[in-house]
Amino acid sequence: MRTTKGKLITGITWLIAVTYFFPVLWMFINSFKTENDAASLTPKFIFTPTLEGFSRLIDRGMGNYLTNSLMASLISTALVLLLAVPAAYALSIRPVVKVQDALFFFISTRFMPAAASILPLFIIFKTLHVLDNIFALSLVYSAMNLPIAIWMMRSFLSEVPMEIIEASRIDGADFETELWSVVLPIVLPGIAAVALICFIFSWNEYFFSVLLTSANAKTTPPFLASFVDGRGQFLAVLSAASTVAALPVILAGWFAQKQLVRGLAMGAVK
Amino acid sequence: MATGLKSARTASRKADSKNLPRKLLAPALIFSITLTQIPFLVTIYFSLMQWNLLKPQDKAFAGVDNYIYVFKTGDLLPAVIATVGLTAFSVISSLLVGLFFAVLLDRKFTGQSIARTLVITPFLIMPAASALIWKYSMFDTNIGVINFVVQKLGFSAIGWSTQYPYLSVIILLTWQFAPFMMLILLSGLQSQSSEVLEAASVDRAGVWRTFAFITLPHLRQYIEIAILLGTIMLLQAFDPIAIMTKGTGGTKTLAYLLYERAFVGMNVGQAAAYGVVTVILTIVVATISLRSLFKVFISGVSK
Repeated sequence: MRTTKGKLITGITWLIAVTYFFPVLWMFINSFKTENDAASLTPKFIFTPTLEGFSRLIDRGMGNYLTNSLMASLISTALVLLLAVPAAYALSIRPVVKVQDALFFFISTRFMPAAASILPLFIIFKTLHVLDNIFALSLVYSAMNLPIAIWMMRSFLSEVPMEIIEASRIDGADFETELWSVVLPIVLPGIAAVALICFIFSWNEYFFSVLLTSANAKTTPPFLASFVDGRGQFLAVLSAASTVAALPVILAGWFAQKQLVRGLAMGAVK
Repeated sequence: MATGLKSARTASRKADSKNLPRKLLAPALIFSITLTQIPFLVTIYFSLMQWNLLKPQDKAFAGVDNYIYVFKTGDLLPAVIATVGLTAFSVISSLLVGLFFAVLLDRKFTGQSIARTLVITPFLIMPAASALIWKYSMFDTNIGVINFVVQKLGFSAIGWSTQYPYLSVIILLTWQFAPFMMLILLSGLQSQSSEVLEAASVDRAGVWRTFAFITLPHLRQYIEIAILLGTIMLLQAFDPIAIMTKGTGGTKTLAYLLYERAFVGMNVGQAAAYGVVTVILTIVVATISLRSLFKVFISGVSK
C-alpha cells in the first residue's frame, strides 16, 4: 500500500520534472533538425538528425560572438573579484566605521533600473569613442555585478573564524600574510561561487549588449535574436544557436549546484 | 632616540592599519560611483535640456518642460502598474511553483538528483534564448508545441504572445524563476530538524498538518529571502518583454518604456526625464525592500 503510493508519487514527480524540462529538450532536439522538420505542424520526434543548423552557425560567424561573450564575462569577472574581495574585507574582517552605509550604497546601485542609466552611458561612450568596445562593455558588466559580489563575498568572509585571524596576528602576520595565507585559502570556495555567478550574469546579459555594441563587440544574446526572420523558417538554426549559447552555463550550473545556491542567496542560505 | 623612532613606527603602523579598511574599500567605491552615479547626474542634466538626436541643432535649455511632458503624456502610471503587476504575479507564481517542486524533490526517490537537475535547468538558460524558444517553439500559433496539445484537446490554437502577452510573460518568468525559488526553499526543507518531524509523525500529526504547522513556519525565513531576491531580479526583467511582446498588452514596464523612449523616440531630454522619475520611484520601492533586506541578511550575520 505504502510503496504503491510512493511509486505513484515518484512517477508523478518524474512526469512533472520532464514536462518542466521539455522546452529545453525541445530546443536541443530541434537543433538537429532541418528547417522543414522543425517547422512541422505535428511536432516531430523521429527524424534524420542533421548538423546543418550548427554548420550554419559557423557561416554566420557565431565564433566571434562567443569570443566576445567570453571576453566580456572573463574580464568583468576578474575585475569584480579584484574590487569586491578587498571591499568585502573592509566590510567584515577589518571593518570601516560605516559598514552599513557602505553596504546600503552598493546594493542600492543594483536597484537602479539599467534602463535609466543606458542613455547617458550611450552618449558618454559615444563621446569617448568606446561604443561597440568589448572593454567598455566589460566595465558596465563589472558595475552591474559588483554590488552582488560584495554582498556575497562579505557573507563568506564573515564566516572565517576570528580566532584563526587573531592567532595569526599574534604570530606577527602582517596584512598581506593574513589575507593571502590565512583568509583566502578558507574562502576559496566562496570566491569560486562569486566568480561563477558573475560569469553567468555577464554571459547572459542582453540589454546593455544590444544597445552599447554593434558589429565588433556584440555578444551572443543579441546575436540569437538576429535569427528571427519575418519570412523564412528559422527555428532549427535558432535552436542550434540557443543550445550552443546556453550550454556553458547549463553545464557549470549542473556541476556547481551547491555553490550556485549559496552564492545566489548571498550567503543567507547554508 | 631609538625608542622614539620605534614608537613613531608603531604609531605610523597603527595609523596604517586604521587607514587600511578605507584603502581596501576605496577602489570599489570609486568604481561604483563613476559608473553608476555619474551617469545619473548626466541624466539629470539631460532631463533639463531640449535635445532630440534627430534635430541636434535645436539643443537648448528646457527647464522642467520635459517633466511636464512626462506627467502629461500619462504613460508613466500604466508602466508603473505593469512593472508592479508583472513583478508581483511572477514572484508569487514562481514562489508557489518553487514550493511545490521543493516539496516534491525533497523526498528520497530513484533518480532524485537527476530530476532536480532537470528542474533547475530553466533558471540556467540564457534568458534571451528562453524568450526566443518559448515564443517560437512553444507559444507559436502554427508550430508551437503548446498549441499542438491545445488543438489535440479539441480547442482552437491560441496566439499566446499576441492575444495574451501579459500571461505569456508571467508564464515565461515563472518557468525561469521557479527553480531559483525551489533551490532556496529546498535548502530550507533540508535544514529542518528530523527529530521534530519524527515527533510529529509519532503524534500522528498527518502530512498536511505537519506541513502547515511545522514545515511552513520553519520555511518562513527562506520564503522571505526568496521573495526579496526574486523581486530584485524580476523588477528589472527586460529580455522577455523586448523579445516576446515588445510592450504590448499591458507589458510595457518602466524598463521597456525607458528603452523605447530613449532609442525609438531619439528624444534625449524626454527620455532622461523619464529616467529621473523612474529612479525616484525606484528609490521608494528600494528603501522599503532594503530595510527588509537588512533585517534578513545583516542581523543574521552580526548576531
